[in-house]
Amino acid sequence: MNTRAGQARSAAWLIAPALIVLAIVIGYPILRAIFLSFQADRSLDPTTGLFVEGGFAGFDHYLYWLSNRCMSPSGNVSTCPPGVLATDFWPAVRITLFFTVVTVLLETILGMIMALIMNGEYKGRGLVRAAVLIPWAIPTAVTAKLWQFIFADRGIVNSLFDTSISWTTDPWAARSAVIIADVWKTAPFMALLILAGLQMIPKDVYEAARVDGANRWQQFIQITMPLVKPALMVAVLFRTLDALRMYDLPVIMISSSSNSPTATISQLVVEDMRQNNFNSASALSTLIFLLIFAVAFIMIRFLGADISGQRGLKKRKVPGMGRRRKAAAEEEKQEVPA
Amino acid sequence: MSKATRSMIGHYLGVIFIMFWGLAPFYWMVVVALRDQRYTFDTTPWPTHITLQNFRDALATDKGNDFLGAIGNSLIISVTTTALAVAVGVFTAYALARLEFPGKGIVTGIILAASMFPGIALVTPLFQLFGDLNWIGTYQAMIIPNISFALPLTIYTLVSFFRQLPWELEEAARVDGASRGQAFRLVLLPLAAPALFTTAILAFIATWNEFMLARQLSTTATEPVTVAIARFSGPSAFEYPYASIMAAGALVTIPLIIMVLIFQRRIVSGLTAGGVKA
Repeated sequence: MNTRAGQARSAAWLIAPALIVLAIVIGYPILRAIFLSFQADRSLDPTTGLFVEGGFAGFDHYLYWLSNRCMSPSGNVSTCPPGVLATDFWPAVRITLFFTVVTVLLETILGMIMALIMNGEYKGRGLVRAAVLIPWAIPTAVTAKLWQFIFADRGIVNSLFDTSISWTTDPWAARSAVIIADVWKTAPFMALLILAGLQMIPKDVYEAARVDGANRWQQFIQITMPLVKPALMVAVLFRTLDALRMYDLPVIMISSSSNSPTATISQLVVEDMRQNNFNSASALSTLIFLLIFAVAFIMIRFLGADISGQRGLKKRKVPGMGRRRKAAAEEEKQEVPA
Repeated sequence: MSKATRSMIGHYLGVIFIMFWGLAPFYWMVVVALRDQRYTFDTTPWPTHITLQNFRDALATDKGNDFLGAIGNSLIISVTTTALAVAVGVFTAYALARLEFPGKGIVTGIILAASMFPGIALVTPLFQLFGDLNWIGTYQAMIIPNISFALPLTIYTLVSFFRQLPWELEEAARVDGASRGQAFRLVLLPLAAPALFTTAILAFIATWNEFMLARQLSTTATEPVTVAIARFSGPSAFEYPYASIMAAGALVTIPLIIMVLIFQRRIVSGLTAGGVKA
């Protein structure tokens, strides 16, 4: 009964429900989006005056976004005039990538600093950890409203620094405001993930380094960085993927318009969909989907972000069962981490 | 001053910096929520002109807001999504953590890919599909898409928890004659309860905070708090209702903060066990 075949059979039953649910909530919509992205829009047949289904459109919708290729009702192909959503595509891509690079970079640096501070032995550790969880727990919609208020024309930032910057309308001020709000919300989250990595580093490694005369900085570069890298890379990967689909903050803080200075590609999809352009919106969301998976693939393959969770798992604790496992974990600490 | 003292002072300065980072903006929200709205832009760092009027404005229904209704909607959507995700996910997580079977790598890959999946790619097909089904403005129109991120998150977190459970006990129960189901139910489930609970908290918070899908797929009757807050209109048509929005924000956030304070240790272990997304 405990045979391999038996295990495989029970596994199939246990896994099937989740796979079926995922097939319905993700698989079906994504296939439908891909199908729609190759469909031509319904159009009015000039001879009969009736709406006809569009049929196959090839890559028209993709070219519409990627090379601003518009088609007039009579079938002439030209570059899209200003005001067509397609012209917002490349600016939105640039803004999304800019936000991603800047926020993830700032969050990694700040998260690392916070994690190093939190890693020590001191009173009130629980309090600090709870404080760090607050930005993470506040809904992004509330975060957006809160920072919109902080950056209001007569808000606390302008009052404290005695400035009169219009943070929500000036393009670069608006972008900075979004970046600050995002970094505020997620740098602590990053810190927690890095902290978990730091706590897996055995103390005696530092002991040995000190004996060998390594200073604090050398210890950080030679020991901390390489050993914390797996945890760091996972955190960076998830943050990057999250930043690439940024939507809530710019929409609520600044504007939901797709030509605002902070418009991201996700915003553009929604805008296009709201204008009932389901086919081109599907093409755009398929492009985002491809972009995110390409980035994930590159980061996992070439930067060594190990998300399978196999490595280092042994030393992590389960809540509520600390004591029993601690003894076992102590023994395992003797092993050199891979 | 000795080197040790200096490093200790530096350390506590760092701790104060982190506390300030986490608490200051939230504190400011509460201060403004409690302050008479004529003084909203006062910069006094502690509560002055204290009133509960902003909370009354936030809950008032005469300006097209229905904040209590939105809280109810959020609860219905989040609780149902979480329950479904945990109920379905726990079996898969058990199989992935515990059983050997062909295709395990592929299943793990599917779950991971699903957990990285961008919700924005679902919006258009679902909006069109739910429109055809006349589902826009129903609860299922929000629960179904929420499952798409809650279920992978649940499985992912549970697998990392389950890998650390003392499975020897299961073996022992099996040797004593318990079936696999009995061993799971009587021995492992009690041990796994904290992990299930933590995972449920994470899934609940993720669903409670969702905005993008809800904004497209809800109507005023079914909108959750995140959407309600984003389109909040205040007591005066001429002034942006910051004070009542801050009050509304405080109302939504305080239950979450209490949850975070109580379950802080568990939430942290859950987040780091799965390396979950924010």
